[in-house]
Amino acid sequence: MTSLGLLLSVLKVVVVMMMLLKLVPLLIWIERKGAAFIQDRRGPNRATAFGIIRLGGIVHSIADAIKLITKTDFSSEHANKALVILAPIIAVFVAISVSAVIPFAEAFTINGVSFQLQISDLNAGLIYIFALSSLSIYALLLAGWGSNSKFSLLGAVRASSQMVSYEIALGLSVVPLFMLSESFRINDIVASQGVSLLSWNIVRAPLAFILFFTALFAEANRTPFDLPEGEAELTAGFHTEYSSMRFALFFLGEYTHIIVGSLLVTMLFFGGWNIPYVSSEYLHHNIEHVLRLLSIGGAVFAALGAAGLFNRFVKRRGFWGDLRDYESFLFAVILAGLAAGLAAAVFALTGATLPEWVGSIAVFLLQMIVVLTKTLFFIWTFIWVRWTLPRFRYDQLMKLGWKVMIPLGILNIFVTGVVLLLTH
Amino acid sequence: MESILFYIFSGVSIISSLLLITRANPLMSALWLVVALAATAGIFALLSAPFLAVIQVLVYAGAIMVLFLFVIMLIQLGPQQLKPRFIRFGKIFGAALGIYFLLLIGFSLTSSTTMPAVALSETFGDPGVLGELLMTKYLVPFEVISVMLLVAVVGTVVLGKKKF
Amino acid sequence: MITLHHYLILSLALFVLGAIGVVIRRNVLIMFMSVELMLNAVNIVLLAFSKWNGRDDGHVMVLFVLAIAAAEAAVGLGIVIAMYRNKQTVYSDDMKVLKG
Repeated sequence: MTSLGLLLSVLKVVVVMMMLLKLVPLLIWIERKGAAFIQDRRGPNRATAFGIIRLGGIVHSIADAIKLITKTDFSSEHANKALVILAPIIAVFVAISVSAVIPFAEAFTINGVSFQLQISDLNAGLIYIFALSSLSIYALLLAGWGSNSKFSLLGAVRASSQMVSYEIALGLSVVPLFMLSESFRINDIVASQGVSLLSWNIVRAPLAFILFFTALFAEANRTPFDLPEGEAELTAGFHTEYSSMRFALFFLGEYTHIIVGSLLVTMLFFGGWNIPYVSSEYLHHNIEHVLRLLSIGGAVFAALGAAGLFNRFVKRRGFWGDLRDYESFLFAVILAGLAAGLAAAVFALTGATLPEWVGSIAVFLLQMIVVLTKTLFFIWTFIWVRWTLPRFRYDQLMKLGWKVMIPLGILNIFVTGVVLLLTH
Repeated sequence: MESILFYIFSGVSIISSLLLITRANPLMSALWLVVALAATAGIFALLSAPFLAVIQVLVYAGAIMVLFLFVIMLIQLGPQQLKPRFIRFGKIFGAALGIYFLLLIGFSLTSSTTMPAVALSETFGDPGVLGELLMTKYLVPFEVISVMLLVAVVGTVVLGKKKF
Repeated sequence: MITLHHYLILSLALFVLGAIGVVIRRNVLIMFMSVELMLNAVNIVLLAFSKWNGRDDGHVMVLFVLAIAAAEAAVGLGIVIAMYRNKQTVYSDDMKVLKG
């Protein structure tokens, strides 16, 4: 491997890890504000940074992180130290290393050097993800057993049996996708979806989407499948005896699981980086027009946002009587500056021809933004479902997994096979 | 690079197998077996079989060992039973077997020549090629294995029932 | 330079350790785990020869061995549970009703 290739790989690892780890505080904020929005209340909005920036509550995530890091880290006397320490490590390791095979945009070439937007391109891509998710069961089992407490053990046994059952449903539900795109690699699955809305996998395999999405909820231990962490029933399930940073690591693992699950759903079923009816060749050819359009749109939105914030500043000046009043003014100024910058870019781009590599990088960034937008929509769906549906009882959960989803998965494979056979 | 990886993976697998057979607590043995299986998956990847490495982690370390852990947690042994029980003269038998097999290793090193490696085709170990082989050349074993898995499922359910 | 011999010796060592585990331990669960270790060693040999001969048949055989190991583990653990229910022990020394 050349040194440039090694440097690129290390850079990719660092960027992807940082992206995933930084998305988690954002996700916590979305969860708390989203829950509040659904439950018709305000949500946390008190923590400030430098006394002036509240940002609608994002600072709360940083405050939570500081609190969790500085709490006392205790463990009970009879607990098995090795297992207790190992369990959150496995949870976080598995959740993050799954992202090694997820491509964030299409591969592009600049001057003959091709850049892959994946950390590694295994030819068993999606199965690598299932293999690592099946390792996350150990985190639950070891946490529950090592804590040496009956609540933890009950929670761990329930959680792991639930995860094992729905892992089978998860694997079975994706097999029709392998049959449709004839490859295990996520790159090929996204490429086979094309740009027409009728060839996205949500239309070609809708039952697979329903099964996959439901099994994903069960894999991430989210409501309606969160009996293992049911606060009203089991104190806190398998992480009862955990505090401070170890609990934070479990939390991190669960939210990263949600993020990676949403990424997978967009890649597998909703076309990944394909913008509907706009193919990448079109983008490559007309990159100047596209960039200009985007800059105009961005300038308009930023100007509207600045105007709205300025209006808010004028209406509520003096409401708190201290520095917090000036927050809207600060952000109005920032957004106005952004609008001015984008407008200047529009004028600079008019009639200019850009070099080749700017086109490739711009398309790559666009595709990555499309992927992240779709992913954010599915993350919002996770949070939406959490605060809408009640929890399943344990026997209902098991019945659903074994008696409904696995037969449906097998039926799905069979029907897909028959249809493929008849249409070729 | 390949040699370094080979020595790391083989060292990890041998050390964890040694630890596996000497631990008192079966739970610790199971965890060391998981480590050994993961190291073996690394060896599979070095042997140009990345698909099988992933399948090994998925099936062995992810499903079979979870089953083992469930059973070990069900059969909760009290603290007084956790002394490891070896057979009589266990250490002597173990040492004798070990020496015998070390001699085997020594003989195999000195008495055979190395095979030259054949160049691998482009699609070596590809899942598609494996699937084709399974469906054409090895079709009968494939069907027999599916019947055997069904027999295993039914047998395990019957064995686990409390009353008939 | 890693030759075929390296892989064969590694596999032999793992097989030997598994065999020792089966012979000297009396806890049935640990005996099972040693058997799994032996099956793994066999997998390594199959793949090594498959790579050195340039044919994929070894991969298919490894798949079969994996499937058989999974089925055997399931049935074996069922037997262990049945044994525990009857005799409250998991040591093979204590199952000596037919002896002498």
